[in-house]
Amino acid sequence: MSALLRVENLRKCYGDEQVLQSVSFSLDRGETKVVVGPSGTGKSTLLHCINQLTLPDAGTVWLADEEITRHGTSLDRIRARIGFVFQSFNLFAHLTALGNVRLGPMWVKRIGKPEATQLALRELARVGLESKADSYPFELSGGQQQRVSIARALAMNPELILFDEPTSALDPELIGDVLNVMLELSSNRMTMLVVSHEMGFARAVADEILFMAGGRIVEQGSPDLLLDAPQNPRTRSFLARLSVLEGAHQ
Amino acid sequence: MSKMIETVAYLPLLLRASLVNLELLFALLVLGFVAGTSVALAQSYASVPARVAARAFEWIFRGIPALVLLFLFYFGPAQFGVRVSPFVAASVALGLRSAAYQSQIFRGALESVSHGQMIAARSLGMSRNRAIYKVILPQAFRLAIPGWSNELSAVVKDTTLAYAVGLNDIMRTARVIYDRHYELAMPALLMVALLFFVITEAGTALLAAAERRTRTPVVSIGEAMRTLR
Repeated sequence: MSALLRVENLRKCYGDEQVLQSVSFSLDRGETKVVVGPSGTGKSTLLHCINQLTLPDAGTVWLADEEITRHGTSLDRIRARIGFVFQSFNLFAHLTALGNVRLGPMWVKRIGKPEATQLALRELARVGLESKADSYPFELSGGQQQRVSIARALAMNPELILFDEPTSALDPELIGDVLNVMLELSSNRMTMLVVSHEMGFARAVADEILFMAGGRIVEQGSPDLLLDAPQNPRTRSFLARLSVLEGAHQ
Repeated sequence: MSKMIETVAYLPLLLRASLVNLELLFALLVLGFVAGTSVALAQSYASVPARVAARAFEWIFRGIPALVLLFLFYFGPAQFGVRVSPFVAASVALGLRSAAYQSQIFRGALESVSHGQMIAARSLGMSRNRAIYKVILPQAFRLAIPGWSNELSAVVKDTTLAYAVGLNDIMRTARVIYDRHYELAMPALLMVALLFFVITEAGTALLAAAERRTRTPVVSIGEAMRTLR
């Protein structure tokens, strides 16, 4: 069975800094993989390069059977197949939750307004926020905003969803709601690539954890293996530091 | 005091003449808005040649005094045998000048819309133009309202300059009044001042109402938190 997402030798520099140094991995349909690692190791850049919001300098990305890094590919069309959830939510401030969720279906998929509205309400219900359909982003808590942004991504019926530190900007008590939504998505076999510091979440849902440092994947393996018996010393020191910092919160 | 009472007799005349100023105001604001937003969009989103042209336009029309522009647009075409009415000359001259100022206002508004909005729209698969139209512009319009309010107050007063190219506006009418009865000069001008005050206040109040009605804070909490980190 061919992988849904295949990343091969992805490279990206910003000026002198080589942010991504030949990153390769793959994701099968229905899998959830979590990318962890110190800040600034290119995890965000990796996600942005996958849906081509940032153009990589070298390497290839395959979505199902299509090489999306090939010159001449319609990036808009590809991005409609890949959902993206941002650390800072990026909800459209001038629209209600309903407006946010139905914008994509209406104007990218060209579904009519009544149908798009129904679809949007279904997705909002899925994340537990149908009662907030007429609220504006500024009226919602961070956790609610992030759930709306997940609904917004889901409304496009994506083949794959990329999560860029979805809970890092949230107060601790709001993180649980978002993680629960993500847990449910994962158990319903949504293909997900998540950059996160939430080790408990990673242990619970990840099919594999990728540890990134210095722009490359240092080690990868199943949660049990990587978290409990890491092979690489860098992995070990990162996990040790993380448990010191976040021990109490876990 | 008796002079004021005498001048009040001329009030209907002055009011009717002020309609000309209002017509001019409307014409120049429409031109200013259409051209101004186009120039702002060109400067933010278009190709290099368009951007250079937009910048040049802005530079020229902000650098030349309004009165000079008026004369250029009124007497200029005559050099080529084309006769232009004072109203048309004033609308175009003042309209293009307002466009230059409005483009600055609007460009500032466009740039204040957080970049995350565009990225989010593109991540859904929206084309850049669709994203500008559906996500950026609605927010930029709201952000531009205070700037537009300022522009409105400035430009209302500029309509009186059209008197210099022969427009039969309120200034010309006032002039006609006090040419005949010079002792009525002060009261007549005070009346003109009052009328303009009312018009400006009405316009500003309208824009303030529009701002209140469309009030949705256009900075998302997430974005604000991110900038705090």
